[in-house]
Amino acid sequence: MLNASLRQLSVLLTEKKISSTELTQTFLAHIKALNPNLNAFITLDEEKSLHQAKLADQMIAAGKATSLTGIPIAHKDIFCANGWLTTCGSKMLANFIAPYDATIVQLFDQAGMVNLGKTNMDEFAMGSSNETSYYGPVKNPWDKQAVPGGSSGGAACAIAARLIPAATGSDTGGSIRQPAALCGISGIRPTYGLVSRYGMIALASSIDQAGPMAKSAEDLALLLNTMAGFDERDSTSLQREKEDYTQDLNKPLNGVRIGLPKEFFTEGISQEVADAIDAALAEYRKLGATLVEVSLPHGQYAVPVYCVLASAEASSNLARFDGIRYGYRAEHYTNLEDLYTKTRTEGFGEEVKRRILIGTLMLSHDYYEAYYLQSQRIRRLIAKDFTTAFEQCDLIMGPTSPTVAFNIGEKNGDPTQMYLADTYTCTASLAGLPGMSIPIGFGANKRPIGLQIIGNYFREAQMLNAAHSYQRVTNWHELTPPEMNLS
Amino acid sequence: MQWETVIGLEIHVQLSTLSKIFSGASTAYGALPNSQASAGDIALPGTLPVLNKKAVEYAIRFGLAIDAHINSPTIFARKNYFYPDLPSGYQISQLEYPIVEGGQVNIQVADQEKTIHLTRAHLEEDAGKSTHEGFHDKTGIDLNRAGTALLEIVSEPEMRSSAEAVAYAKTLHSLVRWIGICDGNMQEGSFRCDANVSVRPIGSEVLGTRCEIKNLNSFRFLERAIDYEIARQIDVIESGGKIIQQTRLYDADHDETRAMRSKEDAHDYRYFPDPDLLPVIIPQKWIAQVSAALPELPKHKQQRYIQELGLSSYDANVLTTTHDLAEYFEQTIVHLPEQNKLCANWIMGEISGRLNKEGLEINQCPINPERLAQLLLRITDGTISGKIAKEVFDSMWQNDEASADMIIDAKNLRQVSDDGAIEKWIEEVLAANQQQVADYRSGKEKAFNFLIGQVMKLSRGKANPAQVSTLLKKHLAE
Repeated sequence: MLNASLRQLSVLLTEKKISSTELTQTFLAHIKALNPNLNAFITLDEEKSLHQAKLADQMIAAGKATSLTGIPIAHKDIFCANGWLTTCGSKMLANFIAPYDATIVQLFDQAGMVNLGKTNMDEFAMGSSNETSYYGPVKNPWDKQAVPGGSSGGAACAIAARLIPAATGSDTGGSIRQPAALCGISGIRPTYGLVSRYGMIALASSIDQAGPMAKSAEDLALLLNTMAGFDERDSTSLQREKEDYTQDLNKPLNGVRIGLPKEFFTEGISQEVADAIDAALAEYRKLGATLVEVSLPHGQYAVPVYCVLASAEASSNLARFDGIRYGYRAEHYTNLEDLYTKTRTEGFGEEVKRRILIGTLMLSHDYYEAYYLQSQRIRRLIAKDFTTAFEQCDLIMGPTSPTVAFNIGEKNGDPTQMYLADTYTCTASLAGLPGMSIPIGFGANKRPIGLQIIGNYFREAQMLNAAHSYQRVTNWHELTPPEMNLS
Repeated sequence: MQWETVIGLEIHVQLSTLSKIFSGASTAYGALPNSQASAGDIALPGTLPVLNKKAVEYAIRFGLAIDAHINSPTIFARKNYFYPDLPSGYQISQLEYPIVEGGQVNIQVADQEKTIHLTRAHLEEDAGKSTHEGFHDKTGIDLNRAGTALLEIVSEPEMRSSAEAVAYAKTLHSLVRWIGICDGNMQEGSFRCDANVSVRPIGSEVLGTRCEIKNLNSFRFLERAIDYEIARQIDVIESGGKIIQQTRLYDADHDETRAMRSKEDAHDYRYFPDPDLLPVIIPQKWIAQVSAALPELPKHKQQRYIQELGLSSYDANVLTTTHDLAEYFEQTIVHLPEQNKLCANWIMGEISGRLNKEGLEINQCPINPERLAQLLLRITDGTISGKIAKEVFDSMWQNDEASADMIIDAKNLRQVSDDGAIEKWIEEVLAANQQQVADYRSGKEKAFNFLIGQVMKLSRGKANPAQVSTLLKKHLAE
């Protein structure tokens, strides 16, 4: 049951073979057994979860069930959930109980899903390894020496270890795709603006995007059906008709052109990742797709441009954490300036402070033109690269991460190395394009490898179809880490 | 040396939108602290701004009223700084592509007209309020005002005296109320001015170093602060000193300005386009709709009053001080055509005087335009004299049901134009005032006026004065 797909769980529930309460208890027991070693969750609240399960059972009994009713989900701790501790992985919010629901939390609640808790994450979503969380690092269930990736590492770990069948995540530079790849699960970052950001604690507003994480593309499609949609509370939310992301899942891939950006296959990529990608692409050829070479010439600037823009926006977005109205406040201070300084010094971790400082500098009068504006111009060129590429192909594929999961502590001392983990993911982020990652094999240490699929704007259905087609003929997505005790 | 003053004003106009500029919270004044602050207003993590369409409409209305350019797209930016009453750590404002650019207003100082050009007007959110009273050793924060929509109107440095600055501020104050975008309540902070003041030797083209006086919330303070500042700056320069660019506060109790901070401690606000708000595209069609819904503007009314109604430029100006006053005037003349000047005089004289005395607004006037017109009609048709009319007016003011005719009849005030009746009064007066008659006949003109006065008094003001004068002359000549 712990390894079942959302569709399978839905059938079990609607046919009353199991109740949501039983299902919830099963997953909670599994979490209790394994989470102490994995640290995937920041907050668990059995009572609240079981209450929601009871409501779901009532919905099912009343014949009001949706395809997701009664199924457990966990939310990344970046999403506000009414009555739940919402820390964003930071000491700054270690005492913050959200008084309202993020739009997507509300949507999953309304669909009858059961919230099993809040998953661990890099502090304020800043990190690629989940080591910056105030609540300690999350372990990769495939190899506890390894990081799960970041910043949605808690969600990726929880799904890989089958602690939860589905979870929400957020992706700025690659925070859904990269941990999905490193943990061997599936995750999609939708087109910017497709899913509401309301209630998601902001890192970089113009790049942040919420998305679902799960075992398979089919599960992602079901989740996206609930998450996506216009929200009048988010001014960047897109006003367009609702789509059914499951409708194209079984379309043949005949004639689909897959673009391979030559820049994704040159430097930095490890041999084992390159080999796995080759094998996956061979599978796609067998499925009827054609491969074409494309180019993203400005992609090489993506990481620095991302660093400038994301830090700039973050420096402003995080100004509200000042110790005045909520969250952490320093105990001893002499005046207002001192209150601000001490609160932020004590409340934020190193990575957050580093980015606030970089961002503050980038926006300051003397540097704005040279860094911020220049980065915005390059960002436009990066987006244009994709527009050109999509004239030659339908989907773009390549590695999600240049390497398999690295060891905990391995890159801590070198932030630049850490930022490079987002090399292949932040390009699509800057362009506002949808991107996803699916598992396609393992490296030498049995650490998972992910394939990144980038689609044109609003082509999520097509991307999910490509991912699902692959998952119908392979079983990487069904494999579970050893020692996870699935019975 | 002769000095010239250069003044530019920044005026913060609180827009009378019912809800805040980026949240749905109410903007009503005087509510319990923090009872009108939504999750977004207190910047709870995860909240996002959603632009209030009405605020944009009001800004467009203003832009059209001053013949300015409406920018589309218009862009919102973040102005970053830390302050306890600024919950998000930044103020959403506009820097590049403000909604309104350019435009002008005409001001009148004494008999001189002058055009003042505007640089821009941009939308922004207000901050909250820090309160120090009632908290021992602590500061209270009230975020009810946080997020209230403001229009910041920036003028070119084209004013040359405090009188011009006040005239400009008053013109704008009247205009924003006229077009219904601001209640103009200065006590409640709905209309506040910052003045940039510098001086330079007459003839110089180079601007002097300026000081900015913040938060002047009355026209009187604006005038006094500027005058103090001009004198201070001239004094500093003439005694060999240099003006330091500063932000200053006006202390009304001591009637002086004081340094608040210098340019050196000026913030780097790190402005950048707000990524939570997309550029706002304003369709031409919308601008056209707003334009069509604009009331006739004061400048247009003034022209029409002068050209079509034959009023003086002074009268036209006074009658267009507020929209309600102009409206009152126009409704009065509808009921009394061809008597524009008479109506204007009465409204600017009796009506305004009484309203002032009783602290009422024109829309609270107990005599409505129709009743006033009925009264004035009785002057023009000779039923009563102007003097009696004032007595009738007093009664009408006290009793808002009685018409002029009812009062005239009840008090028997109808003007007497009957020669016989007037002659009877004259005879009585002449008989009783032999001395004055003799004086007049011996050449003392003054006595004549005394005798007229006596006749009018005897008739209790009812006698037609012109007739009294003619008949009296005739009698005295006999």
